[in-house]
Amino acid sequence: MALAIDKDGGSHGGEEHQTTTGLPSTKLAMWIFLASECLLFGALITTYVLYRGVSKTGPYPGDVFDIPYTSVSSFVLLASSLTMVMALVAAQKRDVVRMRLWLLTTALLGLTFVGGQVYEFTAFYHEGLSLSTNLFGTTFYVLTGFHGVHVTVGILMLLSLVGMSAADRLPDDAAFPVEMVGLYWHFVDIVWIIIFTVVYLIPTGPDVVR
Amino acid sequence: MADTESRFQEELGAEDLADPREALAPHREHPSAKEYIRIGVILAVLTALEVASYYVDVNTSVLIPTLFGLALVKFVLVVLWFMHLRFDDRRYARFFVMGLALAATLYLIVLISFRAFLV
Amino acid sequence: MASVTAPASRGIRRPSALTGFWSWFTSVDHKKIGLMYGFVAFFFFIVGGLEALLIRTQLSQPDNTLLSADAYNQIFTMHGVTMVFLFVMPMSAAFFNYLIPLMIGARDVAFPRLNAYSFWVFLLGGLFLYSSPFLGGMPNAGWFGYAPNSTTDPSIGMSFYAIGLLITGIASSAGAVNLAVTVINMRAPGMSLFRMPVFVWMGLVVQFLLAFSLPIITVALFELLFDRRFGTLFFNPTEGGDPILWQHLFWLFGHPEVYILVLPAFGIISDIIPVFARKPLFGYQFVVFSGIAIGFIGFGVWAHHMFAAGLGPVANTAFGVSTAIIAIPTGVKIFNWMATMHGGDLRFKTPMLFSIGTVMMFVIGGLSGVTHSIVPSDYQQTDTYYVVAHFHYVLFGGAVFGLFGGMYYWWPKVFARQLSEGLGKVHFWLMIIGFNLTFGPMHILGLAGMIRREYSYPASLGLTGWNQVASVGSFLIALSVLVFIINAVRTQMKPKGLEDEDPWDARTLEWTTSCPPPVYNFEEIPQVHALDEFWRRKYVQDEKTGTLVPVQAGSAPPHDEGHDDAGHGIHLPSPSYWPLVSAIGLPTIGYGILYSWWLVGAGALIVLIGFYGWAMEPSVAGD
Repeated sequence: MALAIDKDGGSHGGEEHQTTTGLPSTKLAMWIFLASECLLFGALITTYVLYRGVSKTGPYPGDVFDIPYTSVSSFVLLASSLTMVMALVAAQKRDVVRMRLWLLTTALLGLTFVGGQVYEFTAFYHEGLSLSTNLFGTTFYVLTGFHGVHVTVGILMLLSLVGMSAADRLPDDAAFPVEMVGLYWHFVDIVWIIIFTVVYLIPTGPDVVR
Repeated sequence: MADTESRFQEELGAEDLADPREALAPHREHPSAKEYIRIGVILAVLTALEVASYYVDVNTSVLIPTLFGLALVKFVLVVLWFMHLRFDDRRYARFFVMGLALAATLYLIVLISFRAFLV
Repeated sequence: MASVTAPASRGIRRPSALTGFWSWFTSVDHKKIGLMYGFVAFFFFIVGGLEALLIRTQLSQPDNTLLSADAYNQIFTMHGVTMVFLFVMPMSAAFFNYLIPLMIGARDVAFPRLNAYSFWVFLLGGLFLYSSPFLGGMPNAGWFGYAPNSTTDPSIGMSFYAIGLLITGIASSAGAVNLAVTVINMRAPGMSLFRMPVFVWMGLVVQFLLAFSLPIITVALFELLFDRRFGTLFFNPTEGGDPILWQHLFWLFGHPEVYILVLPAFGIISDIIPVFARKPLFGYQFVVFSGIAIGFIGFGVWAHHMFAAGLGPVANTAFGVSTAIIAIPTGVKIFNWMATMHGGDLRFKTPMLFSIGTVMMFVIGGLSGVTHSIVPSDYQQTDTYYVVAHFHYVLFGGAVFGLFGGMYYWWPKVFARQLSEGLGKVHFWLMIIGFNLTFGPMHILGLAGMIRREYSYPASLGLTGWNQVASVGSFLIALSVLVFIINAVRTQMKPKGLEDEDPWDARTLEWTTSCPPPVYNFEEIPQVHALDEFWRRKYVQDEKTGTLVPVQAGSAPPHDEGHDDAGHGIHLPSPSYWPLVSAIGLPTIGYGILYSWWLVGAGALIVLIGFYGWAMEPSVAGD
């Protein structure tokens, strides 16, 4: 890329300066942002739980869910968290090649997850579940869709990191940006941990009033 | 009037919250690759347990708390190790817990007011 | 330094001008951004005010036909939306932006480009909302947009409401994280948390309220938008959806929002009153802690907006109690302000008048608020003009009076010119009389049964008299604002320059630098030793008499003068196009959702390009 500006100019400018608390501002901002995201996903999950089992027409969750399939997706996303921290370890050791490899692996696992979600949505749609079929469709697609968008944004950030690293646009110590993207990525993962349990695993048996 | 001022000076002069005492406290190093992999394996096992529950016929009053317990353990493991809150400055954790606790409390109250429960 | 000179290779040159018309579009200077926030917010204040005048004109006669019911719905909705989201919030943001870095001794906010982004997103979000009248009609379901009225309304207005507020919400969220980190992390040496001016404290509390409440309404607005646009069933009762969910989500945000609107004004007057009483703020820690307490408890009272929704006796009682409790920290503040004035060497300048007005009007509004915590009484008052009276006493009497006080107080700091005291006092008295004439009678109207948001009333109800008083009052308020505008314009036409750079004998750090502050704020980052740092640099306690005497000239100059090369070598963040570019993407996506998926794609692309340009560009251009 022709955009090579000196690295000292600081793609994470200001981080080197002393801050009042001694904590880097970007990291502080990231944690406050993630705290605020808790309330965002909390509201979506609340909506899902509130409307659980009140759909008046099918298809119901039990009709469409393919638990083994989604379980594989969950493993994939969980594994991507592991590869993400491996990228961080590599970045901390200034092992640029390994760092890029792990970041790419993480992005690929993320893509697998999102691809799986697209496939799942398509399959459900063909089984007759759309956004407006019933409240299950409404709440399911919006909650998991929001999560999917978050994963997609994460993939974009991961690929950008790889691209910037390849273009020599990251500071020599790339651990900080990798750590920041990692925080976001793991957050998306923990949201999925909750969604997987609340949406897929907890049964809506015949005891739930419809 | 001047009295009040000087009293304030004393009180506030003694107390300096910008004191970087916490920042100077030694941080534990981020975990090693080995430790990350160990956590990863534990997470995989827990997920396998969750999925297994789908195939076992358990009473929902046992199953649901168990599933929530497992999800909580996974959640906490990722936050403490992968997001290394356990090893970082406590103030990050404070902000995050603030959001998390607020979300949990508010939304629980909303669900209770609707009498919407999972069981 | 740079291996390749970036500008030449990029084609588009990075903007570098710090002055001139175009510099405003690329500025990342918190002072310029603060000023732009202020101008835009004041413009929307005028718009919202004109809408209010239309409402009052319509209601000045029984069975009036000036406005149709439909037009009336749109106008009262936009009046509320404008005043809350496009005036008071951004005007508070203007004060925070301009003053927080100056008050904590910083050169800028933590993320200057994000700050510019917040402003542009807010501006474009506001314009997006106000494009609705040209594209099929303004929002018309009230500022709280209750479902299913808002989801089933056939006009396009409520879609504009949902998308417009989502866009301005993004602006506020980004601003909240930015300013919170600024206060936590950018303080000058010695500026401990408990040496910060109360205004900065309230700023911090407000940013956290924003960060934690905006995501909730974001979800609510998405659900509303999806219901309207993509046929989801969130609030559709025929399919099992529950409109009460909207009420919960809205007020989970909406009540903290009330404190988001009023706490900045509390902060402003907490800094003004000590200056004009020439006394330190009485019980500084109490004011701070009660502000924090208000922030926390403010999250626990939302359902008092929903007493009539049928939540059941347990919920109603619990929320009634928490509502009564929140009056305690608020009352603490009121007493602190009064005790600060008690025995002080009071000077009734315009900023002080507005501050006293804030305290008095807020007491009335606060007390009528406590009456809402009594559930059976609230059943009678809910959705009547009593509620309208209450929240105008809180938000106009509390927030708007405080903000005007702040404008008079910091005008010399910002513009190096002083607003006329005479016209300022005319403004104040007209406004406070007009205000009480407008909203005082609404208590009576509400208790007499006049329903909120009805577009006309028959003469036989006997409501005409008080309505006419209110309408006259509203025009007095308009006149007072006109006086303010005349005052502002006349003042700005005078040449720049102050006889005294510290005209009020102020107490806080922002007055240690010149008026207006240089682009780098402080030549040297100040070292802070105490609360009311500036005051302590000016006065010492005489050891014999115990009274305050000015510091002898020369022993501690208030600020250094005359470095010819002042400001050189200070690295400030460079101007940037990218915040504006990425902001433009958002309303594009918004229009796309309403009209065409192609536009959504284009908007997303613009956002992406903007963010990549942003990420690739160092925050400080190489020398």
